[in-house]
Order: sequence, then structure tokens, then C-alpha cells
Amino acid sequence: MIKNMFRKLGGIYPSLVCALTLNPVWAFASESGALAPVAVESETAWWVWPVVLLVVTFVMGIIAVLGGVGGGVLYVPIISGFFPFHLDFVRGTGLLVALSGALAAGPGLLKMNMASLRLAIPVALIASTMAIVGAMVGLALPTNVVQILLGATILGIVVIMFTAKKSAIPDVKQADALSSALRITGIYHEASSGQDINWKVHRTPLGLATFIIIGFMAGMFGLGAGWANVPVLNLMMGAPLKISVATSKFLLSITDTSAAWIYMNKGCVIPMMVVPSLIGIMLGSFVGVRILKVAKPTFIRWMVIAILGFAGIKALTKGLGIDFF
Amino acid sequence: MSEPKITAQATEEQLLYANILEKGMLIGLILMFITFALYVFGIMPSVVPLDEISDYWNQPVHLYLEVIKTDFLNWEHHPTGWTWLKLVGNGDFLNFIPIAILSGVTIICYLAIVPGLFRRGDKAYAIMALAEAAILALAASGLLAVGH
Repeated sequence: MIKNMFRKLGGIYPSLVCALTLNPVWAFASESGALAPVAVESETAWWVWPVVLLVVTFVMGIIAVLGGVGGGVLYVPIISGFFPFHLDFVRGTGLLVALSGALAAGPGLLKMNMASLRLAIPVALIASTMAIVGAMVGLALPTNVVQILLGATILGIVVIMFTAKKSAIPDVKQADALSSALRITGIYHEASSGQDINWKVHRTPLGLATFIIIGFMAGMFGLGAGWANVPVLNLMMGAPLKISVATSKFLLSITDTSAAWIYMNKGCVIPMMVVPSLIGIMLGSFVGVRILKVAKPTFIRWMVIAILGFAGIKALTKGLGIDFF
Repeated sequence: MSEPKITAQATEEQLLYANILEKGMLIGLILMFITFALYVFGIMPSVVPLDEISDYWNQPVHLYLEVIKTDFLNWEHHPTGWTWLKLVGNGDFLNFIPIAILSGVTIICYLAIVPGLFRRGDKAYAIMALAEAAILALAASGLLAVGH
């Protein structure tokens, strides 16, 4: 049993790197919170935090790929919890981080016909509209309220990740009237079996209604929403898992664009944060794809759940003004 | 018009969307590397000096903008919305160009697929694509700005 534990811990690289890169952050950042109303002169050289951000988002990019999560859901809770940046800027950057990942992956997924434009267009129309509303509401609320809600949402995401099942090819007996009218259906080539899989969806009105909530939360918190898109597309609407994952990734390029513009126009974008974050996440994703073959995805996923749980509690306590760590 | 046969291949509109998205993404990324280098290596001056930006990123956005307006720009209004265009001669705000490209390429993708959708008689999707482009353009316009 102990040998099994050590074998599982064989994926210790990501956790060691996380501990190393996050430790100085915990040491320096937890006291330099976002409550000071005036400029606080920093003793740290200006380039230190962008470099730390680059390294941490690089690790995040690797872990996101290995753990099967999007960069956005990791970025906002971790960076807002452990870095000295205000939540306004973290949310704006988080959306751009999630957007950049979607832009990088989207074209390939569309060309392979794994992401479905027919499925995405009606969903995106609702989600992107609500993301705008969410962003406007999020920027209008006091920061501590958003922090508390963010913490609660992250902990909810942890529960979803813990409990959500997946269905590779759901059994959709009959498409509903709406999806039939819109011809939300398709065929994709399943490489593992060499077969062409016909797919259709059901419960389309319910699914579209759920995207009202998803879009709102994505805009409000600067999260990518992939954590919610996939279960709704796969388990609720019955799209095959691969179509759901690919379409979800592509969807982020639309949902996050709409909210990102709100944050940009409000001035919530600091290039010194955005660019290192985008470069870090994209390079990390690139490396993550390459080590996916040898890594232990199950262990990584548990680690992601643990990190998010910790970040969620940190966000909650920060919003409540409780200083546990 | 008869409905097109569904195959395992991506549709014409899907491929067009993908190609435009890919080109926009690459242009935005390459430009981002260039503009960021011009900024961090001090090749271009910046509105907020490099060694002072860390004094402000821990503040709420309205205080950050107030500081920029009064201490650095001497403007009457905050540099929000598209006013960054007036500041592209500065390294920090020059980076907004690639960010805007990455954020805006989706609007172009949607507009590009509309004619094909109408041609194929797919009116519902053509209207949804136009609606989406309008919503994204509205978000980009800055007309929806609210804040703390």
C-alpha cells in the first residue's frame, strides 16, 4: 500500500514545482493585500512579480492540461488569493487568459469538426450576453462581496469536479424539437474505434437556460466556464464527451470575449500582468500536452481539486476579512 | 433551399471561421511579443514608469485610474473605453493593440460566415450570427461601462 502511494506520488513534479513557485508568493503576498486606498511603495523590483507570474502561470498551464481543466478556473482563485494584484485586474486578466487558450485551441478543433459551430452559436448567444451582464454586475459590487461569492463558487466547482460523471457517448434516443429545428446534430470521427459517430442533443431549452447562469458567472468572476460547459453539454444535452469538451473550449473564445471587453473598457487590464500570464499559460499548455502521455492524470486531477479547494477557502476568508493564512 | 448533407467533415462556414480565428490569433500573439518587448525593455516611454506600476496594481481599478488621470496624464477624465488609442505612443498602452485584436477577432469571424449562411438558406443561424456580432460589438464599444 505504501509502495502504491509512492507510485501515485510519482507525479510529484507538478506538486513540487507548485510548492516552490507558490511559497514565496505566500510569504510576500498575503500581507500586501488589496485594501490600501493609496499607493504603497513596493520594495520588490518591478520585474519580480511579472516573472513570478510567468513561472506560476507556466506551471498552471501544465497542470490545467494534465488535470483536464481550463486555465481560467485556476488563474483567478490562485492569483487573487496569493498575489498582490487587486481582484479587478485579476478578473480582467483571467478572462484574457481563458480567451487566449480558446483562441489557440479553437481553430484546430473546428477544422477537425470536434467543436461544433451549430451547437456553439445558439449557446454562445445566450452565454456571451449574460457574461456581459455578469461582468457589469461584478464590477459594480463591492470587492469583498465578489471575493466571498468567488470563494463559494470555487468550492462549488470543487464539488462538481469531485462528483460529476462523464458520458463518452450519451444515449440520446430522440432529439428535441428545438435542436431538430436548428439542426444541432453532427458526425465526428472517433479515432480510438475508427468509427464515425452520429450525434444529436436533447433537453436543448433546459441546456440553453442553464447557460444563462454559466455566462453570468463567467463574466462576474472572470472564470473560463469550461468547468460548467462540459457537464451541461455532455450530461444534460447529451452531446458526446469529445464534442462537449471541444465545443466548450471553442465557446470560451466567444463568452470570454464579450466579458473581456467590459473589463478592458473599464481599465481592468494591466499589460504587465496580462502578457506574462498569457505567455506562461500558453507555454505551459504546450508542455503539458507533451508530458500528458507519461503523467498520471488522476493524481493531477486530485491535486487540482485540492489546490482549488484551498484557493476557494482563501478567497472566502479574504472576502470575510478573516486572516487564516 | 435543400438542407446540406451532414458529414464528418467541417462545413464551409466552420472552416472559414476557423481560418480567420487562427490568423487573428497569430497576428495578435506576434504583435503582443513585439509590443511587450518595446515596453519592458524601455524602448518606448510608458505612461506609468516601469518601476512604479507595482505601486498601483493592488488597488481597485477606480483608484488606479484616478492616479493615472491626475498624476501621470493630467487629464480631466479616466483613460477608459477606447481612449487608450490616444496613448499608443506609450509602451504600456501600445500593448492594448494586440489585446484588442485577440478580443475582437471573433466579431470578424461571425460577420464572415453570415453571407454563406444566408446563401444556404440557413436564416436562423445567419440571424443568430448577426445578433452575436452586434452584442460583441456593443461590449467592445465601451457604451456599457459601469463600475464601483
